[in-house]
Parts: sequence; C-alpha cells; structure tokens
Amino acid sequence: MSKQITIPFGPQHPVLPEPLHLDLVLEDEKVVDVIPTIGYVHRGLEKLVEKREYTEYVFIAERICGICSFIHSQTYVQGIEQIMGLEIPERTQYLRTIWSEYSRLHSHLLWLGCFADSMGFESVFMNAWRLREHILDDLEATTGGRVIQGVCKVGGVRRDISPEKLDEMVKGLKGIEHQLQDLTNVFLHDSSIQHRLKGIGVLSKEDAYYFGAVGPTARGSGLAIDIRETGYAAFGKINFKPVVEYDGDCYARCAVRAKEMFTSIDIIEQCVKKIPDGPVDMKVTGAPDGEYLSRAEQPRGEVIHYIKGNGKKNLVRHRVRTPTFTNIPPLVTLLKGCELADVPVIVLTIDPCIGCAER
Amino acid sequence: MTYLAKSPWIIHYDASSCNGCDIEILACLTPMYDVERFGIINTGNPKHADIFVVTGSINEANREVIQNIYNQIPDPKVVVAVGICACSGGVFRECYNVAGGIDKLIPVDVYVPGCAARPESIIDGIVTALGVLEEKRKNHISSPMVTDHDHKAHHKHAQGGAQ
Amino acid sequence: MMEPQTITPISVGDVVRKVEQAKKDGNRLVQIGCTKIEDNFEILYVFDKDYKLTNYRVTVKQTDEIPSISGVYFGAFVYENEIHDLYGIHVKGINIDFKGTFYKTVVKHPFSVTITKEDDACQNK
Repeated sequence: MSKQITIPFGPQHPVLPEPLHLDLVLEDEKVVDVIPTIGYVHRGLEKLVEKREYTEYVFIAERICGICSFIHSQTYVQGIEQIMGLEIPERTQYLRTIWSEYSRLHSHLLWLGCFADSMGFESVFMNAWRLREHILDDLEATTGGRVIQGVCKVGGVRRDISPEKLDEMVKGLKGIEHQLQDLTNVFLHDSSIQHRLKGIGVLSKEDAYYFGAVGPTARGSGLAIDIRETGYAAFGKINFKPVVEYDGDCYARCAVRAKEMFTSIDIIEQCVKKIPDGPVDMKVTGAPDGEYLSRAEQPRGEVIHYIKGNGKKNLVRHRVRTPTFTNIPPLVTLLKGCELADVPVIVLTIDPCIGCAER
Repeated sequence: MTYLAKSPWIIHYDASSCNGCDIEILACLTPMYDVERFGIINTGNPKHADIFVVTGSINEANREVIQNIYNQIPDPKVVVAVGICACSGGVFRECYNVAGGIDKLIPVDVYVPGCAARPESIIDGIVTALGVLEEKRKNHISSPMVTDHDHKAHHKHAQGGAQ
Repeated sequence: MMEPQTITPISVGDVVRKVEQAKKDGNRLVQIGCTKIEDNFEILYVFDKDYKLTNYRVTVKQTDEIPSISGVYFGAFVYENEIHDLYGIHVKGINIDFKGTFYKTVVKHPFSVTITKEDDACQNK
C-alpha cells in the first residue's frame, strides 16, 4: 500500500468563490477519504428570531443566501402564512412563481459560468454572465433589487407588475432563449467537456436517495424529486415536468441544470398567460401560533424552513435546512475514489452554496 | 486620476457574506461591467495581488484566513471592504458568531456600502482604491503585519479537525 | 393552502426502530432539527416519500444522550454533528464524528444559552 497524504482544499481556492474546506486523504493521485469542514460563513442567523419580529425577519431570511434570496423569503413567508391560516391573493402566488423562476434562471446561469470557468472555458463564463445580466435587469425593474430583492412580505408582495411589463418580460425571455440554446448546445456537445465530465463522479440512484441528495444532484441520478410538483405558490396550476437524467455522472448533473433553464422560461410564460387580476397583498394582524415545515424547490434543490411560533411577535424557532447542507454526504461519497484533478469539477457539479449551508 | 501606470490585481475573499456581494464582484468582471478595462484581474494567489477585496464580516473560523491572506499580500496593499457586512456587520451584526466589520481585524482603506453592493459602487470603490494604492507606492508606506494576539482561541477548535 | 402536517411524539428508545422502519418503507431522510423549549430540547426527524412527510419528535434534556441514526441513513452525520455543536446534546455513535469541531462558534453551544452582545443596542444610540 502506498503512503497516504492529506491535502487541504480551500477555504480560499481559485475555483471556489466561497469558502468550503475539504481535507482530501490521498493515495498517490486517488482520493480515498474526504473530511468536510464547514463554519467559515456561519453567522448564527437563526438565533436572530429572538431579536426580530416575525415580519422583520423576512429580511434576514432573504439574506441567508444572496443567490437563492427570493426563494428563501418566499419559503419563510409561506410557512408563516400557513400557520396563521392566511389565504393570500392569487395574483401574489403567480407573481411569486414568476420571480422564483427568474431566480432559478439567474442562479443556473451563474453556475454555468462559474463551472465553465473552473475548467478554463472563459468564453462560456463571459457569455453565461452576459445573458444573466438580462435576467437581473428584469428582476431589478420589477422588484428594485438585483440579487437581494426584498419584495416578499408576510401576506403578499410589495410590488405588482403591470400587464405591459409582463408581456415585455416574456418577449425579452423569448429573445434570449435562442442565445441560451446556442450556449448550452456548445457546452453540452463540446467533446473536451464531455471528456472531462462523462463517467466521472457517478452517484447511483439508490445512494442519491438514501444519502439525502436533492435538486439537480438527485435528478441527475434519475430521481424525479422536485418540490415544485407539490404545487406550492402557483405551481399547482402550471404544466411542467421535472428534468431528469439517468447517468448520475457529472455530465448528467450539468445537463439537468442546462435543460431546466428552458423549463423555467416555459413556466414564466404560462404564468403570464394565466395570471389573474386582483390585489397583491392583504392586511395581517396577530402573530403565528403553531409550527410548520415549509418547503420549496430552490435552484439547488429542496429547502425546508421549520417555523415555530407561540403567539408572540418573536418566533420560538426558525430552522433552515438548505439543499447544499444535505448534498454534503452525497458529495463525500462522490469524491471517494476520484482523482485529485477532478475534485474541483466534481465539487462544482453539486453547485455548492456555502452561504446557504452554514447560515 | 487620469491614467494608471500599473495593472493592479485583486484577490477576493468571502468572509461570512451571504454571496450577494460576491456574485456582484464576479459580475464586475463580466462583459456588462468589465473591470478588466482598468487592467484589473481577479487572482487566486495573495502574492500576486495588490488589492484585497473582502465581503462579509469576521467570524470565529475565518479570522485566521483573513489575516493570512492580508499578511501574504506584498506592499503596497489596499483593503476594500465590500458590502455593509464587511463595513460594520450589517443585518447580522447581532448574530452570536459575527464579530463585526473587517476593520476590527485589518486596516481598511475603502468602504463600499450596500446590501448587496451594486457593481457600479464596487467599481467605484476599486477605482478609489487605485488612488490609495498609488499614494502608498509613492510614499513607500508599508502595512503592518497583523496578528490576533488578544484573541483567545476557543478551546473547542484549539485542537481542530475531525477524528 | 398546503397539506396539514402532523408530528408524532416518540421516546428516545424508539428512535432507531422507527427510523429503520421509515427506511424500510422507502422514505428518504429530509432533516433532523432541534428546538429548545424552556429546559427541554425537541428533536424533530423528518422523512419524505412521494412528497408526503412523516415527522417524529423526541423530547430530551441536555444531559440526555440520543442514539445516532447515521448507521441507517449515512447522511445523518451532518445533522447530528450540528445538534451536538449548537445545542450540546450528546449523540452516541455517529459514523463521522467531528467531536465538536463541525461548527466553530465564539459561544459554546450557542442555541442552548441566552446570548447578549455589548453592541446590540447600537441602532438606538
């Protein structure tokens, strides 16, 4: 047996915009064991429920992560509304759906760029982020914020979108759809990318299920887990199918994300067609008394907000289980047995979001 | 400032930011904002860098990392704190694990406010930093080595690592 | 409105048996979370199958020891280390045991104590 050495990976590493630390135990070039260390971004924001009222806390919930920001605030207010038994206006549900799909588009484009950059494909990085600016422009025009929107509140949303703007948004998305098609075609059919990704980091369907994989990591292994199918917000009235790939390798996970962008555009289009008129918020009085596990599908997978209130303005407990946190055990299994040079690529195929994971 | 004699390189570290400011820094590098026109390149190696861009606030785990990076950047160096968390702790100021802004640990030259800081203000901050950098270069101002002597390590991670 | 949820209280001794049964029924582990209610700690195990949640709750004291379920669900180690580091509840037999180094926090077991910071009131100054 050859000698084992341990190589630290991160927290400050050129391919990672965020601090993730892994201790890789190597035998020659082969990774035999992986020990993740987290806590570089740990702020302890869940404990702020003691100091902030449940309505103010939406801003904190939104800042769990700057990429999945909208969906975090949406999941949080959804839980509160459920506990308080609020029937929020239908137009709000559609608006939330539209914004959450916009977040997904921006997150997937961001990932595509960072991922391509990690393999040295700088042109894909630049092009993906150029298209992403279009998405961010629309988000800014409709919510007022680029990455932190601040538009969700308990009982509704803060802004309405005019019918003209909605049509313009769909037209804009149609405009970038073929550019997106070009970009993903180049990315998915490039022979060197296929060489780097196919057959690397394989996660079997069974492992994915029992180790807790969610989102594109699970769907790349043939598991059709997509919380949008439970029909929260307006997803129950929209026709869509989760994108599933069956190979379980790095390429499959990338293909899921690339294809999901088109599903998102389709969902936004359907929402704009079906959105009813009406108010976008309602008056909320009282305070939540009860508990609820609020779920939503983030760009990275299923997120759970556990909310418990006791009838006072301050919640008793807010606990967030983010997709990256539950994707850590599958990542550990993926990395065992791979070669050192593949580690950055495999890590990025689960699209880690450390800000989310450590809160 | 009318022209730049040098191409300053930046190194970015995400302290305990929510990612919002980080992705805006990355957005600065891409075609829409394109800071490379100022000759600025984002590097991963502190020894190549002139400007240290930090997002997010100090917490228990990353203070050592920030010091290491800061001490390894050659003189003259400039620190830019991007986002309200890096300036003062922001909305997370009251969290138990947040010690406050970056200036509690290393000297900061430029503060960029915002939550999340907009790419325009980040570029403005970095361009301001270029002026500070030029000043420091001309006057041969060297930055002190930073150590964290008064900070007592928590007994729990004095040993560190999983078993 | 979304589907109502129920949480079944179980005893500490039942945890492993219930979890094994959940796995046999084809559930995946969604999360393990902890909540402090006065002096008690409620640990919530959440499982999912076909978008249906099954929830079990165990109520313990901080000095109590809970059994690890990482032998049944490999991925449980992240949650169990988290509960140990943030609440100070000892979990017995975790497959990858960080022994208190998973989270590095200024305050030991931050969620089990009341924390006041000196500069808390700065917005009122």
